[in-house]
Amino acid sequence: MAEAEESPGDPGTASPRPLMRDLKAVGKKFMHVLYPRKSNTLLRDWDLWGPLILCVTLALMLQRDSADSEKDGGPQFAEVFVIVWFGAVTITLNSKLLGGNISFFQSLCVLGYCILPLTVAMLICRLVLLAGPGPINFMVRLFVVIVMFAWSIVASTAFLADSQPPNRRALAVYPVFLFYFVISWMILTFTPQ
Amino acid sequence: MAAADELTFHEFEEATNLLAETPDAATTSRSDQPTSQGHVAVAVGSGDSYGAEDEVEEESDKAALLQEKQHQQQQPGFWTFSYYQSFFDVDTSQVLDRIKGSLLPRPGHNFVRHYLRNRPDLYGPFWICATLAFVLAVTGNLTLVLAQRRDPSIHYSPQFHKVTVAGISIYCYAWLVPLALWGFLRWRKGVRERVGPYTFLETVCVYGYSLFVFIPMVVLWLIPVPWLQWLFGALALGLSAAGLVFTLWPVVREDTRLVAAALLSTVVLLHALLAMGCKLYFFQSLPPEHVAPPHQAASLPTNIPLSPTLPRSMAPS
Repeated sequence: MAEAEESPGDPGTASPRPLMRDLKAVGKKFMHVLYPRKSNTLLRDWDLWGPLILCVTLALMLQRDSADSEKDGGPQFAEVFVIVWFGAVTITLNSKLLGGNISFFQSLCVLGYCILPLTVAMLICRLVLLAGPGPINFMVRLFVVIVMFAWSIVASTAFLADSQPPNRRALAVYPVFLFYFVISWMILTFTPQ
Repeated sequence: MAAADELTFHEFEEATNLLAETPDAATTSRSDQPTSQGHVAVAVGSGDSYGAEDEVEEESDKAALLQEKQHQQQQPGFWTFSYYQSFFDVDTSQVLDRIKGSLLPRPGHNFVRHYLRNRPDLYGPFWICATLAFVLAVTGNLTLVLAQRRDPSIHYSPQFHKVTVAGISIYCYAWLVPLALWGFLRWRKGVRERVGPYTFLETVCVYGYSLFVFIPMVVLWLIPVPWLQWLFGALALGLSAAGLVFTLWPVVREDTRLVAAALLSTVVLLHALLAMGCKLYFFQSLPPEHVAPPHQAASLPTNIPLSPTLPRSMAPS
């Protein structure tokens, strides 16, 4: 991420321009995930702010209340965090070990940004759950989660598949599928207490 | 043709020198075992009696040995990244082939010799274990959902801690048991001085691929018919254990009968324990919960849902 020079006469004031520039870069990458097409923006100017924001949002929405029983409920904040980051690192290592020519942080960036559809699904699920229980409620949530899961997979493979030799593409894509499947499962089974 | 003979003779010498230098290349020399039949051997050059092996298989083994020779000439140190890259040097078709080989074990085809061919990989064991752990947790949770639909007095919860338990137990099984097995076989090799056992990675590979058949078994356990579940469990366990036994048999039959029988039965027993543990922990039939605090549910019988319990305010589903 590019630095901006501050005016040397004001050491105390932080210039707002780097923050706006970074936010714009993050927003641009969100757009690239929502409308995936072959472009190098996510790979070229990678950053990890977007994945961090998404992961924190998702973990905050997914965590169970502290008053809930410790043994039987949904994941804690730390568990979601660990699954997302540990999973992304494992997939990146796997991709590199198979001989892919993508760098470590580029791959983390792509995997993190492609959680965006699933975070949107989590938001929708929480809103739908406010309407009360019922089988229609469940079908709506199932449909939303399936659509967003497919969107995440398509978005990430659009960026990641080209970096592998063609006879190993399936080997590199399968862990991505498993990763987003686990996150979708956590979203679908979320039950507010 | 003298020139051709000279060339083949030279090749044979070079290969045997290389084999002598690298003792953990999983091959055996045939020269001191005239009575072994169709054993785990890779013969280069003019072989006399191949025992039960086909000519075609000898040719492909020869090609594999040459490839292995080139492969081993550039073995980097274990602190470099390319050392670990050599364990992921597989194609999609090879992984699928190995999975098919583990699903259909045949008595003559040793998994290690036939499918691995001195190129064990870590991709298969690692991702099969990961898939199995997550599938266990997901289907265990799904059984709870389905049970709750049939009997609304059962309290549903996501049970996320089961993911951790599944992951740790599967990975420990798939890595510690091969370690113990490999250590034991090496110790017996030291005692008997006969056959070279498999390398550690090959043992891990065999165990990892043999766990693949548990994945469809776990998914089929969603069907809530008890005798069907035990049937599927027995089938999958039979296939998986057969694969392990057929792979270990050539190594172990050189040993005394007692040790061979004890080792094979321990392997099968551990595998059976794993399958039963999965069934009992992740797919237990659940006690219904009173409105009273849940830790008093231990006083209830486990299999009979009590109808007079008030249904709790359920989690919306």
